[in-house]
Amino acid sequence: MNIGKRIGLKIGKATRDAFGEALLEVGRQDPNIVVVDGDVHNSTRTEYFAREFPDRFFNLGIAESNMVGVAAGLAASGKTALVASFACFLLCNAFDQLRMCVAFPNQNVKVVGSHAGISIGEDGPSQMGIEDIALACALPNFKVIVPADEHAARALTRLMLSEPGPMYMRTGRPGVPIVYEPGAAFAIGKANKLREGKDLTIVACGLMVAAALEAAYLLQQEGVEARVLDMHTVKPLDVAALEEAAVETGAIVCAEEHLLSGGLGSEVARAVAQRRPVPMEFVGLNDTYACSGTPDALLERYGLTADHIAAAARKVLSRKTC
Amino acid sequence: MEAITDIAALEQVAKRMRRIIIEITTKAGSGHPSTSLSMVELVIPLYLGGVMRHDPKNPRWPDRDRFILSKGHGAPALYTILALAGYFPEELLYTLRHIDSPLEGHPNMLRVPGVEASTGSLGQGLSQGIGHALAARLDGRDYRTYVMIGDGESEEGQVWEAAMAASKYALDNLTAILDYNKYQQTGPVARVMPIEPVRERWSAFGWHVIEIDGHDLRQVFAAYEEAKTTKGKPSIIVAHTVKGKGVRVIEQDEKRSRYHGVPLTPEEARVALEELQ
Ligand SMILES: Cc1ncc(C[n+]2csc(CCOP(=O)(O)OP(=O)(O)O)c2C)c(N)n1
Ligand SMILES: [Mg+2]
Repeated sequence: MNIGKRIGLKIGKATRDAFGEALLEVGRQDPNIVVVDGDVHNSTRTEYFAREFPDRFFNLGIAESNMVGVAAGLAASGKTALVASFACFLLCNAFDQLRMCVAFPNQNVKVVGSHAGISIGEDGPSQMGIEDIALACALPNFKVIVPADEHAARALTRLMLSEPGPMYMRTGRPGVPIVYEPGAAFAIGKANKLREGKDLTIVACGLMVAAALEAAYLLQQEGVEARVLDMHTVKPLDVAALEEAAVETGAIVCAEEHLLSGGLGSEVARAVAQRRPVPMEFVGLNDTYACSGTPDALLERYGLTADHIAAAARKVLSRKTC
Repeated sequence: MEAITDIAALEQVAKRMRRIIIEITTKAGSGHPSTSLSMVELVIPLYLGGVMRHDPKNPRWPDRDRFILSKGHGAPALYTILALAGYFPEELLYTLRHIDSPLEGHPNMLRVPGVEASTGSLGQGLSQGIGHALAARLDGRDYRTYVMIGDGESEEGQVWEAAMAASKYALDNLTAILDYNKYQQTGPVARVMPIEPVRERWSAFGWHVIEIDGHDLRQVFAAYEEAKTTKGKPSIIVAHTVKGKGVRVIEQDEKRSRYHGVPLTPEEARVALEELQ
């Protein structure tokens, strides 16, 4: 993967791999955790848990709506129920079940959607989760988490499984650049400031965090200091960090591997507009489905690279008044 | 195009299709060879054997028979049969999954002539087939609609919602084909989610059930004929097939999952292509 190369970021594991490993570790300590699968545990990596705890693992076949309902029942009977499939199939196919069985009755179901974004590559648009953040954010009571790298995925998986209530976590297919040290601190709902800067703030999640760091490096060559926030929790947003960013840097660029409608950018814009309106730009999939191709080629074609973020930054700076 | 009905000639076509499927998925470096290999004999009679009324030069002809590949990951087989039938040049097959190719990992009806539905999220093709069949009736047209589903795919609730609807409207212009290859992504269907008794279930939903060996071209032709002449209800051809048919490394893989979404390595492909000479 090209993202992060220019600044020497190493490619680590996929977030789905790190999630699967962390799920197994937590599963060893907490016998109350059960996992519901839909014939894709070798894709989502719940397979590690499945192998060690076959009695707490339920493969319900290719039937996402049923999976979510079953997970809700398990949760209502006291289990911590984790349900995992491709982000698109789970969120899109079982949305009403997520609404009625999980969100509305506020059940302790952890929803994990893999193969998010366009960086899944050649399998193409039918397998890409590009609307999952919007859908998950549209579920009251849900928290929505997007890890940027393997360390984030591990830490956030542990946190997700340690607190009650409905949560959605998004994971990706390919190995992605490492932006954190092992053991870095995370708190759900609290953004991580990965780079200080006074001229603008780039708010990113998932794979776009590495791209944001690379963009900040590009901008630095031009004498622009960009702050980078990893907004790993899209809901609830860290509004304090956003307000601070607006006040201190006066301009914001949002970057996400998701449709522009309803994702991180929309959520951040609402928070910023309410508290401290500043010029904003948005990097994401612009009202389109992608196609098949290598992850790098797709990220380039659909405008999800450091260069695109840097271009958005220049644009937002030209609109900055103070 | 002249229909080919000579079985020996079509068996050669089947081998050729299998070779192409291996070549293009291995060249692409990703994709689903095994599901494509199990459906080969089921699509040859449709497109080349005269079962479907269609015109590759006029893919949007309103009176054409329709084929919907509901299990969209079988795209390599669909693209191959469409190319052999003349919808687009065979060279295009070798661009599979490339960023500038219309041949995406799963079928995209906006980009590929002959593709009747954009699929890849399992469970949705039969419903769309019902829409075509109802439209035929409304418009007084006599085209037929064929929908191929996977055995794992038939675990989706929507398949059974569609099964009920087709029966309600007595859609004898609709034929489903179940590629019953006994495996899904993570293992044998019988273990992941038992779907038996298949015959009894579809019968109970009001369908005429035709059970065949899905690799025996004579039986496949006969099944399509039986479906065409069955009146007053939709038909389903339950085709017993072998996932990865014709390629020893896949057939011998006990779980079949290694090759579900992963192509043969160049070396495995070389061996497979020799087996398929
Ligand atoms: C709604 C949905 N859920 C999950 C998947 C992931 N997936 C792709 S193929 C497949 C297995 C399909 O098995 P089957 O229908 O038996 O087809 P086969 O490959 O055996 O022909 C799965 C689970 C999907 N494409 N769509
Ligand atoms: Mg199957």
